[in-house]
Amino acid sequence: MGHNHLPMPPSPSARTLVEKIWDDHVVAAEPGAPDILAVDLHLVHEVTSPQAFEGLRRRGLVVRHPERTVATADHSVPTTPRSLPILDALAAAQVAQLETNAREFGVPLHGLGDPSQGIVHVIGPQLGLTQPGMTIVCGDSHTSTHGAFGALAFGIGTSEVEMVLATQCLLQRRPRSYEVRVDGRLAPGVSAKDVILALLSKIGVGGGTGHVFEYRGSAIEALSMEQRMTICNMSIEGGARAGLIAPDETTFAYLAGRPHAPQGSDWDRAIERWRGLPTDDGAAFDRSVTIDAASLEPMVTYGTNPGMGLPISAAVPDPKSVGDPGRRRNLEGALAYMDLRPGQPILGQKVDVVFIGSCTNGRISDLRLAAAALEGRRIADGVRMMVVPGSDEVKREAEREGLHEVFRAAGAEWREAGCSMCIAMNGDQLEPGQYAVSTSNRNFEGRQGKGGRTFLASPLTAAASAVAGAIADPRNLPGIETLAAVGGR
Amino acid sequence: MPEPYATFTSRVVPLPAENVDTDQIVPARYLKITDKAGLADALFRDWRFEADGRPKDPPFVIDRPEMAGRQILLAGDNFGCGSSREHAPWALVAWGLRAVITTSCADIFRGNALKNGLLPIVIEPDRHRQLLELVERDGDVELTVDLALGVVHLPGDEDLPFDVDPFSRLMLLEGTDELGYLVAHDADIAAWEASHPARVDTRPAGPAA
Repeated sequence: MGHNHLPMPPSPSARTLVEKIWDDHVVAAEPGAPDILAVDLHLVHEVTSPQAFEGLRRRGLVVRHPERTVATADHSVPTTPRSLPILDALAAAQVAQLETNAREFGVPLHGLGDPSQGIVHVIGPQLGLTQPGMTIVCGDSHTSTHGAFGALAFGIGTSEVEMVLATQCLLQRRPRSYEVRVDGRLAPGVSAKDVILALLSKIGVGGGTGHVFEYRGSAIEALSMEQRMTICNMSIEGGARAGLIAPDETTFAYLAGRPHAPQGSDWDRAIERWRGLPTDDGAAFDRSVTIDAASLEPMVTYGTNPGMGLPISAAVPDPKSVGDPGRRRNLEGALAYMDLRPGQPILGQKVDVVFIGSCTNGRISDLRLAAAALEGRRIADGVRMMVVPGSDEVKREAEREGLHEVFRAAGAEWREAGCSMCIAMNGDQLEPGQYAVSTSNRNFEGRQGKGGRTFLASPLTAAASAVAGAIADPRNLPGIETLAAVGGR
Repeated sequence: MPEPYATFTSRVVPLPAENVDTDQIVPARYLKITDKAGLADALFRDWRFEADGRPKDPPFVIDRPEMAGRQILLAGDNFGCGSSREHAPWALVAWGLRAVITTSCADIFRGNALKNGLLPIVIEPDRHRQLLELVERDGDVELTVDLALGVVHLPGDEDLPFDVDPFSRLMLLEGTDELGYLVAHDADIAAWEASHPARVDTRPAGPAA
């Protein structure tokens, strides 16, 4: 592994991981125009695709590569038992439209009832579709998740969905690079979610605009694939369309034997190619930031964007201490919406709802951690806790391991797979004024239901808070030293 | 296909809040449509209406009577962050806006806006502050957006220059779109594909023999 921590003079021929992937996918580059970039894998869901398929019909175009495209229903689907109909007529029509479009244009679909249905960013990796060195797009900003495999993966709008359906290409300007170096060891009770929330609190929600993150360093290398996905998932919350991690033995071990991963001699050739992807020694980044993993605490947000995060032992900041008038107004507005007082400790803040799930933290290792923290305990009176697996496969695996029984015994709801209360368009939502600790990715005003108030946190912090009925420090959970090893993969 | 982007003169809707995310521009519950209908009503919905559906009192800025018909939004830093939903520019355009002046735009929003005839005009923080002060002093000040020249004309013959990606400017001025450009490069795409085997096969049966 070419990880050389000594400073190297910049070398003109040395390239970053992103530059290598970009160079591999440039179809044409005309002066004055963006590059035409080939797309290896296009993920499609029901919310951002209907107008794109309609555009194809209007122009008389077909899907150029249905076999490089895959669809699922995740955003607007209920998480109630699948035997029940979709009660929301608009959502039902949207899911039906996806089924019609997939059939008409020949796109493989993992719809409701399919054993591979789930959140689009959970099923791609799970099926082995997400592979190192690829370009991957989806009409969803959390497409950055797939960067955990060393793929260049980013969210696009519906006009671009139509372009990729029609041509399997996009017009793109080469992004700038941003090194995020995380060295050292995470303390017990501190996880990938805390690393990314710490980065966001450091650089802000616009800090990465125009850039692609590359996460590097010993703390990143030590993470499992699912933890890496949690970090890359929230790159967009820092303004970066994509965030990548170089593929390594952990990546290859996760991929081996998955349904769509290369097999036999194809696998050997793929590994050989993938080993050439990591950033060369001496390659230059446009920007760089360093985080000391050992110094991190569990993180929780207090405001209305994911950059408004705190170490869990800290107090809510005071707008009076903010010099810039725009920033001060922003903070005042956020605290008013959240109904929090400057200087109050965030620990002990009351909680009404706890949500475990989403493309950020709805994978099997997340559920294992939450279940381990809840084993033999009950959630506090008056707290509603929802556990929503990221995919049907995650749900089956959790049930094989008996995790659902742990959740139910603790007083939590065990539901079907989907985006659920992360985006609150399927009926799973907060009431106005309610406080939630959520393992999802966005604490924007109304994101989890109009008037709802969100604290973003890790699965361990969420589970500890459910038991306490208030924001609680997972480092105080009994046996926390061994809990961190529970996740696996 | 959008109309060619012509020079226009308009008064300004001031919304200087920072980090306005696309969930505020169009809340997620309005994303269940399969077309683009009704999005002007969904625009900034939760900043315009109380939980019981009554309009806010005082009204949110875009609902003030004098704002009707204005085509320029003067927005704060990092406008359009968050979700990739193209419903955000669709809704802004459906309400009648044609330009957003700010100090920075989120990447995905900027791309989506440019594809829908909504021009992101990014200017330096100092100039942005001056412009905001101007609009606060005189709410009826008129600006002229000239994309071909890359300037916003201010009253008193002052010009505020701005940069736009030259390719996007061409697309806007000609009222053409990127899909047409890509389709015209079909031969390049076919040649590239002939020398680059597919990386994956999404069909459930796995790769064909």
